Amino acid sequence: MNQGAREKRGRAGPAALALAAAAFLAGLAGAAAFFYFYWTDGENASQGVSLALAFAGMGAGLVIWAHRLMPDEEVKSRRGPLPSSDAEKKEFRESFISREHKIGRRKLLGLLAGGVLGLLALDSISLLRSMGKSPLPVLYQTAWEKGARLVTFDGRPVTTAMQRGDILTVFPEGQTDSITSQTLLLRMDEKLLRLPPGRESWTPKGFIAFSKICTHAGCPVAQYEKSVNILLCPCHQSAFDILRGAVPVGGPASRPLPQLPLYEDQQGFLRAQGDFSSHPGPGFWSYKS
Amino acid sequence: MISRLARWLDDRLGAASLTRLTINKIFPDHWSFMLGEIALFSFMILVGTGIFLAMFFNAGETKTVYEGSYQALKGVEMSAAYRSTLNISFDVPAGLLIRQIHHWAALVFIGAIALHLMRVFFTGAFRRPREINWIIGVTLLLLGIFNGFTGYSVPDDMLSGTGLRIAYSVMLSVPFIGDWLAFIFFGGNVPSQVTISRLYGMHVVVPFLILGLLVLHMMVLVRQKHTNCPGPGRSDEWVVGSRLWPTYAAKSLGLFFFVFAALAALAGLVQINPVWLYGPFNAAAVSSGSQPDWYIIWLEGALRLFPSLDFHIAGHLVPGIFLPGVLMPGIFFGILYLWPFLEARVTGDRSVHHVLQPPYMNPVRTALGLGVLTFFLILSVAGSQDVVAVAIGGSLVSVRTALRVLVLAGPVVAAGLAYFACRLIKSHRGIVA
Repeated sequence: MNQGAREKRGRAGPAALALAAAAFLAGLAGAAAFFYFYWTDGENASQGVSLALAFAGMGAGLVIWAHRLMPDEEVKSRRGPLPSSDAEKKEFRESFISREHKIGRRKLLGLLAGGVLGLLALDSISLLRSMGKSPLPVLYQTAWEKGARLVTFDGRPVTTAMQRGDILTVFPEGQTDSITSQTLLLRMDEKLLRLPPGRESWTPKGFIAFSKICTHAGCPVAQYEKSVNILLCPCHQSAFDILRGAVPVGGPASRPLPQLPLYEDQQGFLRAQGDFSSHPGPGFWSYKS
Repeated sequence: MISRLARWLDDRLGAASLTRLTINKIFPDHWSFMLGEIALFSFMILVGTGIFLAMFFNAGETKTVYEGSYQALKGVEMSAAYRSTLNISFDVPAGLLIRQIHHWAALVFIGAIALHLMRVFFTGAFRRPREINWIIGVTLLLLGIFNGFTGYSVPDDMLSGTGLRIAYSVMLSVPFIGDWLAFIFFGGNVPSQVTISRLYGMHVVVPFLILGLLVLHMMVLVRQKHTNCPGPGRSDEWVVGSRLWPTYAAKSLGLFFFVFAALAALAGLVQINPVWLYGPFNAAAVSSGSQPDWYIIWLEGALRLFPSLDFHIAGHLVPGIFLPGVLMPGIFFGILYLWPFLEARVTGDRSVHHVLQPPYMNPVRTALGLGVLTFFLILSVAGSQDVVAVAIGGSLVSVRTALRVLVLAGPVVAAGLAYFACRLIKSHRGIVA
């Protein structure tokens, strides 16, 4: 080793000693204060600051000690080669490859052992089956069906008394835990509606309902911009035009919010004519529109 | 006493020679070499505080009514996971402090890894023979981000539930296997009955992977020895620096305590992830201004800026979210993994390097790196575009349009500026290009 000593004895005076000692003393005070604040159930801030003081004192003491009072020598050392020497490589070949040649003759045994391992690998992959059921029926399921009454999250049925400008999250009666069924209910001016053809009978008295799950990334489309009749997703700011059947008009979403066909029963409650106009929520490979 | 213990160990292990090699290991004296150490220390603090939190956390989905000491949520129905997080925050002595240290340490851990990676990238430290440690390092970054996300998700609060929903939608978008993948990973439609306990299981197991790779990372480092900054008398033949014992060890230990001090101060003074304000997860609710932690916010920004582009393959839907959510990060991390090999192929430089390059010595690499950094920076701003729009009083649409232009133009401008700055410094110092 080639040592280029650059000792800093000049800085290692009593001042350095005092400084390091002061730092450790601050650490001691911090540690004691943390003990006190912990046992007296003090504020989170007092606990954190006293603990920080303890650690900072410790750290400062160590660094001052190292910088000012410990030897500081720059050392140079040869890196040496990373690859093995030719002799080492030769020894390895002799002890590994030469013996490998001897086992190589039993081709059949090697093949069979490999087969067992291969099948076991397949077995372990097939254990994925335990992770969950097939997504395909579940992904398409909502709890909406013909005649399902609209209720709020606490189960109260929704009547046609709701005013224009109000917005309500509704579920099918008895299914308020069904995540995929969450629906936004609004009341619009019927004359303004320009829905896709075939949906004329879906909006009794201007009541209109859409899936609340954003077709972009599955967040609840929770913001209602009344002045422009837009539903806005707070996650990625996709905008949907309510009057035209919640088609996307801005942001990253590309599919409209599925609409729920509604009707009013004799008692004045709102009910669903059937399931959504398409599958709610974010898209996926086996999605059928 | 110590010498007797040392002799006892040496009798049984012959530990003297190995220990001598360890305490003689040479560490270069440059501040940028501390970034990796900060990551290591944050990891140790994460493990320590994590063990404490695991004593109290319950990953259950069973709904119960809250009866703890936080008045605002008394009588509210919530999952066991959320309730135990409230319990840690309000009823376990020093629980809030430890929880906040844990969260801050996670942010610092991933931040230190990212800065360490930039140091290694911009100085060319990944070049032969250090490609293996580069690959391990990128894997550590990915595992860190993954574990940060699972940890952020397990309290089952309103904010993290929103993140989970988005993660689920992104996974769902993968062609061919997305729906199966998402169902297998999350155990059904999110939130399913097993989502939180699965994420928690991974959150506890993945640190063992991180630990194993960290050990490997350092074994390779010891075998290959540190790189050195360029300077007079520096060559690929010699390694220059301070020996571990005693001065460097004392400084390093000092740094550990400084990291811990900074985290304790942050945890005491700066509130982080106050889940009690967000409330328990409710599938039909969301709060506006929702943003994830910094290390994933670029992905959120990409989802916000990328235009609506659903397309079809053989009659099957590929949701537009696949491109910014899966393909873009996939390409980025793919190139990151292969970078040492790509660069060697392009430059034809396959020789061994132990002396680092100042970033200006390699204008193309530096320009590329800064361009990519700018790209991620603008995406991160876009991750809070709604908050930005409110803050500057602009409309959301114009902020989004501006960010869309910036995210494409910004990296080009930054890379161009960086390239010419590097050339300028080089010629100024009389180095022939």
